Amino acid sequence: MGSYSGWIMHLLFLVLVYLIAVLVVAAGGVYISRQRRSRLSTSSKKVMPAPPGTLTARGGEDEKAASVVTEQAPVDNLASVVSSDVEEREPPKSLSAGLSKTRGVIGAALSRMKLRGGLSEEFWSELEETLILGDIGLEISRDLVSKTRDAFRQTGLNSSVEAIDLLRRQMLADLEGKERSLTLFGEAPNLVLLVGVNGVGKTTTIGKLANYLTSRGSSVILAAGDTFRAAASEQLEQWANAANVEIVKGSSGGDPASVIFDAASRAKAIGADVVIADTAGRLQTSSNLMGELAKIHRVAQKAPGTLSEVLLVVDATTGQNGLSQAKSFSQAAQTTGVVLTKLDGSAKGGIAFAIERELGIPIKFVGTGEKMGDLVPFDPATFVDEICG
Amino acid sequence: MFDGLGNRLDSVLTRIKGKSRLSPADVDEALVEIRAALLEADVALSVTNNFVERIRSVAVGVAASRSLTPGQQIVKAVDAELVRVLGGESLKISYASKPPTIFLLAGLQGAGKTTTAAKLALHFRRNGRSPLLVAADLQRPAAVEQLRTLGERASVPVFSQPTDPVSVAKAGIDEARRVGRDIVIIDTAGRLAIDESLMAEISSISNAVQPNYTFLVIDAMIGQDAVNTAKAFNETLSLDGVIMTKLDGDARGGAALSVKEVVGKPIAFGSTGEKLEDFDTFYPERMASRILGMGDVLTLIEQAERTLDEEVTKKGASRMMEGRFDLDDFLEQLRQVKKMGPLKGIMGMLPGVPKELKDVDIDDKEINRIEAIISSMTIDERRNPKLIDGSRRQRIASGSGVQSHQVTGLLKQFTEMQKVMKQMGIGPASATRRHKAKSNARKGRRNKR
Ligand SMILES: Nc1nc2c(ncn2[C@@H]2O[C@H](COP(=O)(O)OP(=O)(O)OP(=O)(O)O)[C@@H](O)[C@H]2O)c(=O)[nH]1
Ligand SMILES: [Mg+2]
Repeated sequence: MGSYSGWIMHLLFLVLVYLIAVLVVAAGGVYISRQRRSRLSTSSKKVMPAPPGTLTARGGEDEKAASVVTEQAPVDNLASVVSSDVEEREPPKSLSAGLSKTRGVIGAALSRMKLRGGLSEEFWSELEETLILGDIGLEISRDLVSKTRDAFRQTGLNSSVEAIDLLRRQMLADLEGKERSLTLFGEAPNLVLLVGVNGVGKTTTIGKLANYLTSRGSSVILAAGDTFRAAASEQLEQWANAANVEIVKGSSGGDPASVIFDAASRAKAIGADVVIADTAGRLQTSSNLMGELAKIHRVAQKAPGTLSEVLLVVDATTGQNGLSQAKSFSQAAQTTGVVLTKLDGSAKGGIAFAIERELGIPIKFVGTGEKMGDLVPFDPATFVDEICG
Repeated sequence: MFDGLGNRLDSVLTRIKGKSRLSPADVDEALVEIRAALLEADVALSVTNNFVERIRSVAVGVAASRSLTPGQQIVKAVDAELVRVLGGESLKISYASKPPTIFLLAGLQGAGKTTTAAKLALHFRRNGRSPLLVAADLQRPAAVEQLRTLGERASVPVFSQPTDPVSVAKAGIDEARRVGRDIVIIDTAGRLAIDESLMAEISSISNAVQPNYTFLVIDAMIGQDAVNTAKAFNETLSLDGVIMTKLDGDARGGAALSVKEVVGKPIAFGSTGEKLEDFDTFYPERMASRILGMGDVLTLIEQAERTLDEEVTKKGASRMMEGRFDLDDFLEQLRQVKKMGPLKGIMGMLPGVPKELKDVDIDDKEINRIEAIISSMTIDERRNPKLIDGSRRQRIASGSGVQSHQVTGLLKQFTEMQKVMKQMGIGPASATRRHKAKSNARKGRRNKR
């Protein structure tokens, strides 16, 4: 038996012992299971050493942290790119443009920092906190700030204004060179599939997209692929009426994949350009529902026309779980882009930045309200300005 | 996806296990990790910073105590503090002396209010009450139809009229009085906390109906914005409690802490699925270990209790304690565990499992193969693998469609595991009497086959 099976045996065994232990003493409850836990963790640690601690760029550890960061990410060309860039451009101008867009508490906090000048330890950690508040995530925030800090040191800049501008450029560099428009160039009809967890705004976005595309001259059909949630197809139907497009519906509780297939066939028959398909909201942890989505995706690939876009809808209020969503949905349905909804609220949607940076899925559209016109193509500069204040 | 606090602290603090006590720098490092764990769980920054400061003195205490497991000690302290904050006063619903008792649900778009309204209605109906649902979300397309369908599913009537949210809510209360419903649950449109006119609207609904309970419905996946939202809704409506939804996902749910801190009112219910039954009282202990990424033991217990046969499990346990856990027992337990779903999912819920292990790709086909090999053995072979000689090994291998060295491998693994079991301190302990009873039971079972 290979070493791989040996692994599985060990795992199975641990799980087994664990479950039995936990269950039999379930009445005794958490106390005993905690004891087991520590035992298990020590015994498994013998097999697998824990990962080395991550160093952090805070407090008095500055020197150490900085050197580690340089090791991990040898100063990329960013520093040089940025420095020449800065000389050519006039930072104050772009800054005032950025400032005019600031709003809310974070903006105010940052403006304070901008006026402060000196670059204390506190400044850098406040900068990091600004990013964290935007839901970019701790790791990426640290990374961005320490890279900015390196670049700052190398370029010999000295004001906080310039530091913040460096950060903005750093973030923009991460968002550079992506195809952000819908690629609807396949053999018609081009199929656009919307996926995401519950309540993020899939159905609403479809209504808006239908309007967006028809106003640019495409003919659109909607597919009511959410046959699960109560009144989901009625909801989409109202959007179809509002956008004045045709809708193909299935029966409630019916097979979502075949509704989408039917819509594609219908589109082909009447020569429509685009089919936008709704899917039921699902949590990425449900393996059944993710399996269903994979099936929908397979059927959509085989449907008449071309499956051109699979858009993951992400709610701007989403925290770090967004990354897990993006990973799972990409695995099940090969997402080609993100629609970031509810940016009209106070949340910054930084998780979409994390998704694009970590997984390379470009943000394509932004939802800014509940009305039909509240959908705009994603603009990196505006987005970054909002996050950085 | 993220490392739990236990793993984090262990990896920072293991290297100092040899030292007699933690230095102030060690404490700082531990606090940095605690902060990181909370932030990655989406606990709001300000709440995180306050929380970490509160933990500082505990950590210093642990440092002074020359503990051999400082990491575990600190985790325990953090866990306890989280439970304390998340728990506090629990919500006891007291019904209005003059019915109906009125519940108002508020929250952001897409948080899950409509489903929650129906779940709450079912909850009350099952407690012998007669609720009425009021559809005051006239904004989102088909929201009323959605509530109607859900109401039907919950066997609870739904009231609505195409006027405006305030009038619908008021008329709903009148209707409840008229037809004698003792609970009214009002679903409202989702709104952004910064949308002044919609916040004013919900404030007028509240003024018009004077709800006994106002709940903020909040999505477990929400990030840093949770504090802003909770603060604004609390200021506008003075909330009585919070309902967390989508807890069946894998979000760490740090918002629970943020919202609790800001609102100071209990988290009354948790919503754990799309079915109307998936609704339960909120458990601070579970939330705490979830936020800290310590594995959701309690969920695991529940899941296990639902799928595993208690008798079979107990038998496995006593066989283990007797040190007589053989391949036959293993097979029986393996078949049970398989029912709980993919191994990787179960692993994910086990606390104390290192991240590397959780990330390993596990092919459940391999488990089927293990099952096939053991199934191809006779009962006597399972009980006493020494019987398995060359020809028997051949037979087992061809019976299960593997190579005979794979059979050998499995047997070796099993012997090794028995050793590990001893090392873990699982073995005979004054169980001779039970042992006898068990072997009788085994005889009985053998006859059945
Ligand atoms: N403020 C704001 N609200 C939005 C936006 N997009 C969607 N919504 C609202 O969010 C709520 C949920 O939207 P839906 O389109 O029903 O979301 P969904 O993903 O289809 O939901 P399920 O199908 O139930 O999973 C509705 O109240 C929408 O009006 C946006 O960009 N801004
Ligand atoms: Mg929908």
